[in-house]
Amino acid sequence: MSAFSPRNETLAQQLREVFGDKIAELIEHRRQLTAVVPAEHWLDVAWQLRDDPRFAFQQLIDLCGVDYLGYGDDEWETAEASGSGFSRGVDAAGPGRFSWDERPEAEDFPNRFAAVVQLLSQAHNRRLRLRCYAPADDLPVVPSLIEVWSSANWFEREAFDLFGIIFEGHPDLRRILTDYGFIGHPFRKDFPLVGNVAVRYDEEKERVVYEPVEIEPRVGVPRVVRRDSRYVDMPRGESEDQPA
Amino acid sequence: MSEIRNFTLNFGPQHPAAHGALRLILELNGETVERADPHIGLLHRATEKLAETKPFNHSIGYMDRLDYMSMMCNEHAYVRAIEHLLDIEAPERAQYIRTMYDEITRILNHLMWVASNALDLGAMTVFLWAFREREGLLDAYEAVSGARMHPTYYRPGGVYRDLPEQMPKLAESRWRKGQDLERMNRWRNGSLLDYLEAFTGDFFDRVDDYETMLTDNRIWKQRTVGIGEVSPERALQMGFTGPMLRGSGVAWDLRKKQPYAKYADVDFDIPVGSNGDCYDRYLVRIEECRQSARIIQQCIAWLRANPGPVMLKNFKVSPPTRTEMKDDMEALIHHFKLFTEGYCVPEGEAYAAIEAPKGEFGCYLISDGANKPFRVHLRGPAFVHLSAMDEMARGHMLSDIPALIATQDIVLGEVDR
Repeated sequence: MSAFSPRNETLAQQLREVFGDKIAELIEHRRQLTAVVPAEHWLDVAWQLRDDPRFAFQQLIDLCGVDYLGYGDDEWETAEASGSGFSRGVDAAGPGRFSWDERPEAEDFPNRFAAVVQLLSQAHNRRLRLRCYAPADDLPVVPSLIEVWSSANWFEREAFDLFGIIFEGHPDLRRILTDYGFIGHPFRKDFPLVGNVAVRYDEEKERVVYEPVEIEPRVGVPRVVRRDSRYVDMPRGESEDQPA
Repeated sequence: MSEIRNFTLNFGPQHPAAHGALRLILELNGETVERADPHIGLLHRATEKLAETKPFNHSIGYMDRLDYMSMMCNEHAYVRAIEHLLDIEAPERAQYIRTMYDEITRILNHLMWVASNALDLGAMTVFLWAFREREGLLDAYEAVSGARMHPTYYRPGGVYRDLPEQMPKLAESRWRKGQDLERMNRWRNGSLLDYLEAFTGDFFDRVDDYETMLTDNRIWKQRTVGIGEVSPERALQMGFTGPMLRGSGVAWDLRKKQPYAKYADVDFDIPVGSNGDCYDRYLVRIEECRQSARIIQQCIAWLRANPGPVMLKNFKVSPPTRTEMKDDMEALIHHFKLFTEGYCVPEGEAYAAIEAPKGEFGCYLISDGANKPFRVHLRGPAFVHLSAMDEMARGHMLSDIPALIATQDIVLGEVDR
C-alpha cells in the first residue's frame, strides 16, 4: 500500500483495518482523503463512522450528487495540432451548448451517478469524503443516510431533485429547489443549460403561463483540457498527491 | 359534533420577516405551530450548473450573489478550492488582506443580522444604527473593488489589487454638505488602512450602543430567551455550524480549529453560548463583532508594516501587468491565453471550507483537467440551518416564527443557490 500524507495516515490505516473490503477504494488527493463505498455497505459504514469512537464523525457537513457523464471531454483538440482554426471550439455540443430538443442521448456507462458526502469529526478534528456510486444508472438508487445524520434530509432531497438519484429509505423525498410540477433533473449533464420551459405572466389569460424556452444556447469559451506539465513541477507539488 | 382540524397557514414567499423569498407552510393548532414545511427554491439560479460552463475565474462573481450578506467569504471558499487543486498559495500580504476582508464581511453580516432581527421583533432604532456602520464598511468594500455589494475581489493566487493609498472622499451634494460632510469625511483623509483603523477604534462603542438597546431590553428578552432551544447533540446531528452551533455551547470555529488564510497568526476569542436559544445566539454574534474588529486591527498593523505583492507571480493563473504585457511577447501570450481560455486545473477533487459569518461555507470542486469546473457544489450554512426549521418551530407560537427565521440568519440567495 502506498503511503498517505502524515495528516491522513492514521485515519487511512484505521479505515482499512475496520472496514477492509467494505471500502472499495481509498484515495488521497491534495491531502484530502476519499473513501469509495459500494451501495450495499453504505449504511453499515456510515453507522460505524458515526458511532465508533475511533472515527466519531458526528457531522455530515455536505452531501451532493454528481453526474459523471462527459467526464474529461473537451471541445477543442489540444494534444495534437490541427489546422482548422478557432471555430473548432465553438461548433461543439458540450455542456450548455444544446437545447431541449437536441439534448444528447446518454449512453449507458457504469458509475454515472454518485452521491458524495463530506464528514467532519469535531472530536478528532478531521474530515473524510465518502463516495457512493449508484449501481444502476437508468434508475440510480443509493441508501438514505437520514437515520444516521439528520442533516442528510435536505441534501438528499436536493440531490434527488437535481440529479434524480433516489435515496432509499428517505421518508419525504420531494423536490426541493425546482418549481412545483417541474419535469426532469436539471443538473444532469444531458439537461440543457437554457432549460426547457419559461414562465411568464400572461395579461390576457390573467395567469402565469409556461412556454417552451426561446433562449439560444450560447457558451462563450470552449471547454479545453490541457494535460501539460505546467503544474507538475510547481514548488508545492508533492509526490504524496499520487492516488493510493 | 363538528370535526376539528388543524389550520394550515401560508407564510411568505413575500413577507418582510421571511428574509427573502421563503415560503413556509405552517400547520397550526390554535396559535401553536405543529409542523413547519419550508418551500424553498424561489431564488434558485442554478449557480452550480452555470459555473460548469464557464472558465474558473468567471464564476467568482457568482459567489457574491449566493449569500449576498457575506460576499467576500463566499469568494474565499471558491477561490481556496481552486488554489487547493492547483496547489498554489497566495502571497502573505494577500492572505492578510483576505483575513481582514473576511472579518469586515463578518461585521457586515452580523450588523445586517442584528438590524433585521431587531426590526422583525419590533425594535426600529437598532436597524438605523447598524445600517449607519454598514455604510462605512461598504465604503471599504468599494474602495478596493469599486463595488459595494458584489466586489469579485479575491482571485485564485491572491486578490485583484492592493489596498488603495487614498481612501476616496464623499463628494458634496444636495444632501451632504457643510458640517455633515466634514464629519462624514473626517476619517477619510488618509489611506484605506487609516480609515479602517479609525472605524474599528470607534466600533466597540457602537457595539455597546446596540447592546444598550437590546441586551437587557425586557421585550427583546421575552421574544428571544428560551425560544428555539437546540441541544448540542441535536445541533451536531442537524449539521449546524457557526454561531448556531456555538450558541448551543459547542466551541467549534474553523478559524481556530482548521485555520486558513492568516487566522493562525491573529489573536481572538470564540464566544460560546450555554442555553442554545435565540438570546444566546444573539450574544454570540454580538461578541463576534467585537472579535472581528480585534482581528481587523491586528491585520491593519501587519499590513502597514509589510508591503509586498498581493498576487502570485505565476502567469499561468494570474495576469501579467499592463506594462509587462506591452513590453514582453511572452507576457502578451500569457495575457491572451488567460483571458480567452482561462487556466486548466489539474484533474482531481477538493473540498475547501471557511468559517463564513453564518457557519461553514464549503465549496466542493471536481475538475477533470479542463479550463472549466466539472462540478461545483456549494455548501451553504443557511440551507442546513433552514432544514432544521421544522424541528425548531414545533411547539412554538406563531409569533415566534419570525424570531426563529431571524435567529437562523438565513439568506435565500444561499439557500436556493
